[in-house]
Amino acid sequence: MTTFPVLSLMTFLPLLGALGLLLIRGSEETVAKMSQRIGIAVSLVVLALAAWMTWHFDGNSADFQFVEKFMWLPAFGLTYHMGVDGISVFFVLLSALLTPVCLLASVQSVEKRVREYIIAFLVLETFMIGTFSALDTVLFYVLFEGVLIPMYLIIGVWGGQRRIYSAFKFFLYTLLGSVLMLVALMVLYSKLGTTDMPLLMDNHVDADLQKWLWLAVFASFAVKMPMWPVHTWLPDAHVEAPTGGSVILAGVLLKMGGYGFLRFSLPMFPDASMYFAPMVFALSIIAIIYTSLVALVQTDMKKMIAYSSVAHMGYVTLGIFTFNRQGIDGAIFQMISHGLVSGALFLIVGVVYDRLHTRDINRYGGIVKNMPVFATLFMVFMLGSVGLPGTSGFVGEFLVLAGAFQASTWVALLAGTGVVLGATYMLWLYRKVVFGPANNPDASEMEDMTGIEKTNLVPLAILVLALGVMPALVFKSTAPSVEKLISQVGAIADAIVIHPDPESFDALIEGIDAEVQP
Amino acid sequence: MTDVLPVFLPLIGFLISFLFGKQIGDRGAQIVTCTGLIAAAALSVMLFFDVALGGHPRTHELMSWISSGAFDVSWSVRLDSLSVVMMCVITIVSSCVHVYSVGYMSHDDAQARFMSYLSLFTFAMMMLVTADNLVQLFFGWEGVGLASYLLIGFWNHKHSANAAAMKAFIVNRVGDLGLALGVFGCLVMFDSLQFDQIFMQAPSQTETVFRFLGHEFHALTLICLLLFIGAVGKSAQLGLHTWLPDAMEGPTPVSALIHAATMVTAGVFLVCRFSPLFELAPYAKEIVTVVGALTAIFAATIGMTQFDIKRVIAYSTMSQLGYMFFAAGVGGYGAAMFHLMTHAFFKALLFLGAGSVIHAMSDEQDMRKMGGIWKEIPITYAMMWIGSLALAGIPFFAGYYSKDMILETAFGAHSGVGMFAFWIGIAAAFMTAFYSWRLIIMTFHGKPRADHHTMEHVHESPFIMLLPLFVLAAGALFAGYLFYPYFVGEKVEAFWGASIASHEALHEAHHVPSWVPLAPLVVALTGIALGYLCYLWATNIPGVVARLFKPIHQLFFRKWYVDELYDALFVKPAWVLGRGFFQGGDQAIINGLGPDGLASLSRGGAGVLSRIQSGYVYHYALTMIVAIVALMGWLLLKLKGVI
Repeated sequence: MTTFPVLSLMTFLPLLGALGLLLIRGSEETVAKMSQRIGIAVSLVVLALAAWMTWHFDGNSADFQFVEKFMWLPAFGLTYHMGVDGISVFFVLLSALLTPVCLLASVQSVEKRVREYIIAFLVLETFMIGTFSALDTVLFYVLFEGVLIPMYLIIGVWGGQRRIYSAFKFFLYTLLGSVLMLVALMVLYSKLGTTDMPLLMDNHVDADLQKWLWLAVFASFAVKMPMWPVHTWLPDAHVEAPTGGSVILAGVLLKMGGYGFLRFSLPMFPDASMYFAPMVFALSIIAIIYTSLVALVQTDMKKMIAYSSVAHMGYVTLGIFTFNRQGIDGAIFQMISHGLVSGALFLIVGVVYDRLHTRDINRYGGIVKNMPVFATLFMVFMLGSVGLPGTSGFVGEFLVLAGAFQASTWVALLAGTGVVLGATYMLWLYRKVVFGPANNPDASEMEDMTGIEKTNLVPLAILVLALGVMPALVFKSTAPSVEKLISQVGAIADAIVIHPDPESFDALIEGIDAEVQP
Repeated sequence: MTDVLPVFLPLIGFLISFLFGKQIGDRGAQIVTCTGLIAAAALSVMLFFDVALGGHPRTHELMSWISSGAFDVSWSVRLDSLSVVMMCVITIVSSCVHVYSVGYMSHDDAQARFMSYLSLFTFAMMMLVTADNLVQLFFGWEGVGLASYLLIGFWNHKHSANAAAMKAFIVNRVGDLGLALGVFGCLVMFDSLQFDQIFMQAPSQTETVFRFLGHEFHALTLICLLLFIGAVGKSAQLGLHTWLPDAMEGPTPVSALIHAATMVTAGVFLVCRFSPLFELAPYAKEIVTVVGALTAIFAATIGMTQFDIKRVIAYSTMSQLGYMFFAAGVGGYGAAMFHLMTHAFFKALLFLGAGSVIHAMSDEQDMRKMGGIWKEIPITYAMMWIGSLALAGIPFFAGYYSKDMILETAFGAHSGVGMFAFWIGIAAAFMTAFYSWRLIIMTFHGKPRADHHTMEHVHESPFIMLLPLFVLAAGALFAGYLFYPYFVGEKVEAFWGASIASHEALHEAHHVPSWVPLAPLVVALTGIALGYLCYLWATNIPGVVARLFKPIHQLFFRKWYVDELYDALFVKPAWVLGRGFFQGGDQAIINGLGPDGLASLSRGGAGVLSRIQSGYVYHYALTMIVAIVALMGWLLLKLKGVI
C-alpha cells in the first residue's frame, strides 16, 4: 500500500514541534504564551490527521492499514513497521484527542516551566501514538518504554508535594515490568528470528515456553493496567500528578496495558492465555471488588477516581480473557470509554482544584448553586463512570459482563457487584462535592467554569453520550479485527497443542527470514 | 412518525427546558414540557385505539444500537396492546403531574429543572415500555432510575433527600444486576435479545438445563427468576423495598408519578411482557405469587402504623404492587395490568391530593399535626374520598373491578400458592380499608391539631392543581367499569392479542363461588368501620392497642427492622472492608512488602519514607538488576534444557 505516511507523521510531528519550541526566544511570558499556542496547534494538527485516518479506515478489513515498512537495521532483521488495525486505530485517535485537551487544561493551571511542560507532552504524544501503531517488537518496546520518561518528568517536576516519591514509585513499578517484557521479546526473537509483530502473531513458540513468555509480558502489562496487586503506584501517581498528567495517565497510559494484552498476549501466546485465563479472572474480580471498596473510603477526590480506574480496568482484563466476541468488544470499548470518562473526571477535579487548591472531598459541598454548568458536566461523566445506559460506560461494562457470563456465571456475578459498588462511590463523591448544604464559604464562592474549561469538557461530554447511543461508531471498525483475534486464539483452543519438531521449526524460521529480507 | 412521536416528545421537552431553561425562563419551560406531554398523551390515546382496540400491533426499528456478535440490538418502538396501555397510563398521569407541578412548585427556585426532570423520566419510561429487546428495556429501566434519583434528591441541599436518592439508586442497582444476569441468560439460551426471537424459541427450550453458579437449573425458570429480581427492585417488593418509603423525600408530584403510578409498576410490566416465558416456568410463577402476596401484607401492616401521610400512601403502593405481582404469578396477567392501570389513576390521585393537603398545611406531612380541615379544603377532601374508595375496592369505583378480579383469579387458580395469595389478599384488603380511613380521618376530621399560624393559612389549592385531580378522579371513577370487558372480560383475547401469552387463569376466575367476589367488599367495609371507630368515635383505642401489643406494634412501626438489618449486613461491612483493604491491604501489605518494604529492607530496616533520597533509586535498581540477572540466567538454563 503506497499511502500517505500518516502514522509516521502523527508520531513525529509532535517531536518536531517539541524541538521547535526549544528555538523560541524572549521573556519568560512570551515563551510561555508562544509555547502554549504552538503546542496546541501541533496537537490539533495531529488530531486532524488522526480524524482523517479514522475516517478513511476500512472497517471491513481485519488487515493492518496505513502500513509503512522499511528496513531499519538489516543486520538484525529489524524493520520500521507501522500500521493500525481495528484494535489500535481508536487508541491512536484517543491519544491524539486527549493531548490537546491536556495542553488546553494546562493554560490556566501550569505556571512554572511552561515550555518544558508542553515539550514533555508533545514528546509523550510521539511515544503514545508510536506505541499504538508500531508493528515491530523493538520499535514497540522503545516507544512503550519511552512513554515513561516524559510521564516521570511530568509527575516529578510539575506534581504536588510528594511528587518525588510518587514519580519514583511510578517509574520503578513500570520499569520492573518492562524489563521482564524485554526478556520475553528477546527470547521470541531468538526463537522465531523475527521482530515483526504480524509474523509473531501467526507463528507461535511451543506451549511451555509460551507460559514463561506470557508471564514476562504479563508483568509489564499488568503493572501498566494496573491490575491488583500491582496497582498501588497509580493512586499516588494520580494524586501528585498535575491535572494534565492525570488525564493522560488515566486516559491513555493505562490503555497500553490492555492494548498489550490484545496485541501480544492473546495472539502471540494463545495457549498460555488460555492457561492463565482463570488467574486473570481472579485478579480482575479482586480488582473490581477490592478497589471499589477502597474507593468508597477515600476522602481525596483524585485518589477515589484513581481507585475507580483500577476497578474499571478490571473489567477490561476480564473481558479480554473471555476470548469471546462480547468480552473483547466490551473490553476495547470500555478502554475507549474509560479514556474519555476518567480523563474528563480528572479535568473536573482540576476545575475545582484550581479554585480551592484542595482535593479533600469534605472541603466542598453544595456547589451546584454557584457552579451549575460544572455540576451538569460532572453529572454526565459521573453517570458515564457508573455505566448508565445511554453513556459510553454502559456499553463496555455490559458487554464485558455478557462475555463473562458465557465464560463463568460466578465471574459475571462477582464482577457485577462492581456495578453496584461503582454506583455507590461515585454517587457518594458527587453528593459530597456537588450536593448538600453549602457549609464551606470559600467553596460556595467559586465561580462557574471558564470558557477554556467548557471548551475542553463539553466535547468530551458529547462524545460520552454519542458513543453511548451510537457505539457502532467504534464497532463498525473493530469487528473484523476482533473476529480475527478470536480466530487466532480459538484455533489454538480447538486444536491440540502441537510441539513443532526441530527440523520443521528451523524451516519455519528460515521462511520467516526470507520474508523479512527485502 | 406519529407512532414514534409520543416517545420522543418528552425527550424534546427535556432537552429544551434543561439546556435552555435560563433563556426561556420557568414559564417557558413549563409551557414546553406540558405541551409536549399533553400532545404525547393525545397521540398515545390515538395509538391505543388503533393498536389495541383496532388490533394493529407493529414495531418500528429506528437505528442499530449495540452490535457485537449475537448481542445485536436496535433502538426501536414496539407498539402492541401491552405497550400502548402503558403508554396511555404513563402519558396521561404524567401530563396531570406536569400541570399540577406548575402550581405545586410555584415557590421553588428551580422550576425549569424540575419540569425537565419530569419529562426526562417520562421519556425513559416510554423507552422502557416500547422496547423491542431486553437491552433497550434495560436502558429505560436504568433511565427511570436516574430520573427517580434526580427527583428524589431534587431538594439537594437536604441531607435526607440526598441520602434517600442515593439509596434508591443503589438498591435498584442490586435489582438491576439480577435483571442484567437474566439478560445474559437470554443471550446464551436464545442467541438473541429480541423479544419475538426469545418468545418464539422458548417453547423448544422447556427441557433445557443451565448451569448457574455451579448448580443445574431449569433454564427458563432461572431466567424468569433473574428477571424477577430486577422487578423486585424496581417495584419495591419484599427484600428490595427499603428505598421506596425513603423516596418520599422527593416533591409530592414526583411521588405521584414515579413512586405510585408508573416507574414502580415497571416490574409488573416486565413480568407481563415475559408472560410467554413465565407460562413455561411454573416454579418461577409460584415464587412471584408468594413474594407478591407477602409484600401485600407486609406493607399493609406497616401502613397501618405510620404517621407521615406520604409514607402511608407509599406503603399502600407497595402493598398494591404486591397484589399485581401475585395476580401475574397465578397467570392473571390481564388482571395485573388492569389493576396497574386503575391503580395508576387512584394512587396518583391520592398522592396529588396529599400534596394538596401538604400545600394547604404549610408543608406539614405528619398526620398527628393535622385534623379538622375538611371544611377548609372541600374539593381536596372529596378527591381523597374518591381515591380512597377506589383503593378500598368499594363497588363501581375503579379499584373494585381490578382488585376483585385479582382475588378471584387467585382463588380460581385452585393451587396452594393461589389460595395462600387469596387469603392474604383478603387480609390485606381489610388493612387497606382501615389505613385509608385512618388517613382520611386523621387528616381531615376531629379537632385541628396544627398550630394557629398554620390553621390560618389553610387554603384550597389553585385551579391549576385541582384540574389534574379532576382528570385522575374521572379515571378512578370510570376506568374500572369502562375497561373491564377489554382487560379481563369477554373481549380479553382480542384486546391483548399476542402481547400476553395466556388468559387461562382469567377464564377460571369467572367461575368462582359466589361468596368469593363478596368477601373483599365485606372486609373493606369492616375496615372502614373500624377506621371510624378507632380514630373518630373512640380515639383512645389505637393507643390502648399499641400498648397492649407493644412488640408487634413496634415491629410494624419500625418497618420490621429491615433497614437496620441491611445496615448491619451490607452498609457497615462495606465501609469496614473498604477501610481494611485500604489501610491493611494497600498500605500495609502491598506497599509494605512491595516498594516501601524493599526500600527499607535495603537500607537495613531504617526505612523512613520522609528520608527518601537518591539512594532509594539506587537500591531499587540494584534489587531489580539482581532479580533480572537471576531470572535470565534461569531462563537460559531452562531453554538449554539444563534444568
